Amino acid sequence: MGVYDKFKYPGVNLKVAMEMGLKEDEYKNACDILGREPNYIELGVITAMWSEHCSYKSSKKHLKKFPTEAEWVVQGPGENAGIIEVDGKICACFKVESHNHPSYIEPYQGAATGVGGILRDVFTMGARPVCAMNSLRFGSLNNDESIHLLDGVVSGIAGYGNCFGVPTVGGEIYFHETYQKNPLVNAFALGLVDKDKIFYAKAEGKGNPIIYVGAKTGKDGIHGATMASEEFSEESESKRPNVQIGDPFKEKLLLEACLELMQTDYIVGIQDMGAAGLSSSSFEMASKSGTGVNLDLERVPVRETGMTPYEIMLSESQERMLLIAKKGFEDKVKEIFDKWDLDAEVIGKVTDDGFVRLNWHGEEVASLPAESLADDAPVYDRKYAEPEAQKQIRNFDPNSIDDPGGYPAILARMLSNPNIASKRWVYRQYDHMVQTNTVFLPGSDSALLRVKGSKKGIAVSSDCNGRYCFVDPYEGGKAAVLESALNVAVSGARPKAVSDCLNFGNPEKEGVMWQFVKSTDGMSDACKVLNTPVVSGNVSFYNETESKAILPTPTVVMVGVLDDINKRIPSFFRKRGSNIIIAGNFKPDISASEYLYKIHNRLEGSISEIDLQLGSRLIDFLTEAAEKGIILSAHDVSDGGLSVCLAEMCFKEGIGASVNINRDIRTDELLFGESMPLVLLEVDDFHLKGVESLLGNNNILFEKIGKTDGDSLIIRHNGHLVIDEKVEAAAEVYDESLGELMQ
Amino acid sequence: MKAGVVVFPGSNCDHDCYYALNSIHGVDTEYIWHKEGSVEGFDLLVLPGGFSYGDYLRCGAIAKHSPVVDAVVDFAEKGGHVLGICNGFQVLTETGLLPGALIRNKNLKFICEYVSVIVENAKTEFTSYYNDGEILDIPIAHMDGNYFIDEKGLNDLLENEQVVFRYCNADGEISEEDNPNGSVYNIAGVINKKGNILGMMPHPERCCEPLLGGNHGYYLFESIKNFLKGV
Repeated sequence: MGVYDKFKYPGVNLKVAMEMGLKEDEYKNACDILGREPNYIELGVITAMWSEHCSYKSSKKHLKKFPTEAEWVVQGPGENAGIIEVDGKICACFKVESHNHPSYIEPYQGAATGVGGILRDVFTMGARPVCAMNSLRFGSLNNDESIHLLDGVVSGIAGYGNCFGVPTVGGEIYFHETYQKNPLVNAFALGLVDKDKIFYAKAEGKGNPIIYVGAKTGKDGIHGATMASEEFSEESESKRPNVQIGDPFKEKLLLEACLELMQTDYIVGIQDMGAAGLSSSSFEMASKSGTGVNLDLERVPVRETGMTPYEIMLSESQERMLLIAKKGFEDKVKEIFDKWDLDAEVIGKVTDDGFVRLNWHGEEVASLPAESLADDAPVYDRKYAEPEAQKQIRNFDPNSIDDPGGYPAILARMLSNPNIASKRWVYRQYDHMVQTNTVFLPGSDSALLRVKGSKKGIAVSSDCNGRYCFVDPYEGGKAAVLESALNVAVSGARPKAVSDCLNFGNPEKEGVMWQFVKSTDGMSDACKVLNTPVVSGNVSFYNETESKAILPTPTVVMVGVLDDINKRIPSFFRKRGSNIIIAGNFKPDISASEYLYKIHNRLEGSISEIDLQLGSRLIDFLTEAAEKGIILSAHDVSDGGLSVCLAEMCFKEGIGASVNINRDIRTDELLFGESMPLVLLEVDDFHLKGVESLLGNNNILFEKIGKTDGDSLIIRHNGHLVIDEKVEAAAEVYDESLGELMQ
Repeated sequence: MKAGVVVFPGSNCDHDCYYALNSIHGVDTEYIWHKEGSVEGFDLLVLPGGFSYGDYLRCGAIAKHSPVVDAVVDFAEKGGHVLGICNGFQVLTETGLLPGALIRNKNLKFICEYVSVIVENAKTEFTSYYNDGEILDIPIAHMDGNYFIDEKGLNDLLENEQVVFRYCNADGEISEEDNPNGSVYNIAGVINKKGNILGMMPHPERCCEPLLGGNHGYYLFESIKNFLKGV
């Protein structure tokens, strides 16, 4: 009896294909490529491969506009992760990826396996992961569902990262009601690899064995990629079985075994099994190399009996890799995996006929042309148009908001607002120090790692202001790149390259697609001006539930290099009596600000055109000032404006500040309005002249606004006292509020 | 002197301990794979932090059955010096080399942060570079660091000056508020009666250089290095 009878696979027709998730023309296209109708297994594989999640069919056209090259870029997009040079042959390999949909359904495992997946992407290329970060979004923390999701996601990230032994060194979290049923979990990892030891997903050399290594295959995660390519509905909550289960211990063993193997010359290629599991890994390897593969699926190690070839191809069980060994070295490879108590089975071989052929006990159950299915995957040029409502949003009149007065109370509300408050409750659960490289602990503008064996440091920051992207996706896209670059640069590091995770609603809607196109235009323009190419990333569409889309959230993770780790600049006041300078574009505006959203419950307004050239000059200034050692501390001014950022600089050492600003604007605007690019600098008297002349040389406007002093934060507006708060009391509000909400 | 860092599957502070011993303190150091049956030639053994065998059962419970642990026990019983940090401390209590047990933190969550601990006994061979009553800033990172021991056991510890480190506040005052994980008597580290086996939850290897925010752990390694330098 053949496989198709044995497993009672249904016949394939358009109806079956559409139920599985293919569109009518996609099905026709598949039939054309095959020259026949696919069988059921083939259909499953094609559907997964052509899902939005795997094929980038709605975004591909627009991703091409990103700059991807620079002298220091070793590997741009298209591999498991991007790679840039850090110091000689020491390279950083990194990527950010979404795990949004599974994290809503099962927050612990969804987030945990998000971390696991991104770590594999990095060590597949030969890099030992040295840090992880994550960018998270949830609904407002005023309901049990959000609290449950935040708690579960944080526990999941901690559970996986801590056990694996990678420090989770930073990240960002933002709460807004549109994320209520569509939380975002974007996981980032960065590893170090020697330039001459980078591994690729190559299936080369006819007759070379294909070896399956790692955990056994189970029934978890089947159709995960397809699920991540649909909107959520009531039914989704019953999709729990589609979420994978993570085993960080196994992944740690897999890491060590793979890195040990990579020190040998036994293998030619390696590919991790991520979304769409064995299907996508085998296809990617074959299509990239222009070869073919022949797999005997009954040889795949399975976790339970009775698994069918269809399930084996589509399982998204975690902690698995596919490697192509050199012929004759099978036993050597197995020996290494034996040492680490991991399975390693030869499950097939490389061929040269261009086909992925799947066999089940000798019977060929699928044969698919690798290259044409990969190359002729559907690409959509989706329609986009600015939604009507957008004009309304832009037509915001700040004068429609009364300046409420009572600024100390408002500052306290801003500082206790979970969007601004300390995320200590979160990062305390992450081991952020293991590997002993963490120079800046979480809570700084950027994470900063030393690189053992080098003088250099690596700075990383993840940012995206969804409010800005919502009111003006183009300027919002620019802002995401610029803010992350400034966060890196205030440490003294030079921003070098970007990995992005583009989270949007349903791209089949013109308004959502418009947000996507405009945001990516903005990001692309900013990356060009700042000379920070995009080297890796991922797109997550369909972040919608019952037709309500999230705020457009193109997360940007910026990686920078600090030439001398000893010249780092911290982001908090260091001593009393130094000068406080504000530098950049200081035109505070409450439009689309956190203040307008949190205190006045409105998210609208427009963003003034962001001057990227000024941003670039500010970065030049910061890196040069770091090199010269003339700045004590520096902090990027963002959410919450001047008052919040001054307060944040006071907290760490309990050092107060006294400033006065003369401006003919409303006091709430001055204190809480936002504008960029803008930084606060702490400079001692001796270096004041040097800093001022360097700012002048870079054509950056600045103003000396006061001094660090005492133990209170004192702000005067046109000479009138508007804030006078004890730093210690404000710090307590800032430090404790998120923990209290989570009790 | 020669130090060995034991590597269990799932150890993840092994590289950090190696780096602290070898690169910072200049001690000849080697990794010892958990399948090794012998630890001959070593003067100091470090059981590092991590999640041995994933810690899916009780922490350290499976590691105790590794071949190397028999050799470690033998080494320790003959007077060899053993330092267990975090998961290594858990392995030491599981094997019975140190009294007590480490149970889940009282808040049921993983905690990673710098804490203050006070040196209760600076007379040991691991702590001679400290002074009694000195306050260290040192990181913890664990889910199961809540040290438990019954009253009789605690009395024994106190009688024999086996409590080496206790959690405290920045001024050295000891209270429940400054007890991060719920440990009995705020205990952060204990030594065996003979004084050759130290177990501690805080991570001295994470604070051996000012670049990482602190170097109070440096002196622990210097102490034991100084003691063993003649061998």
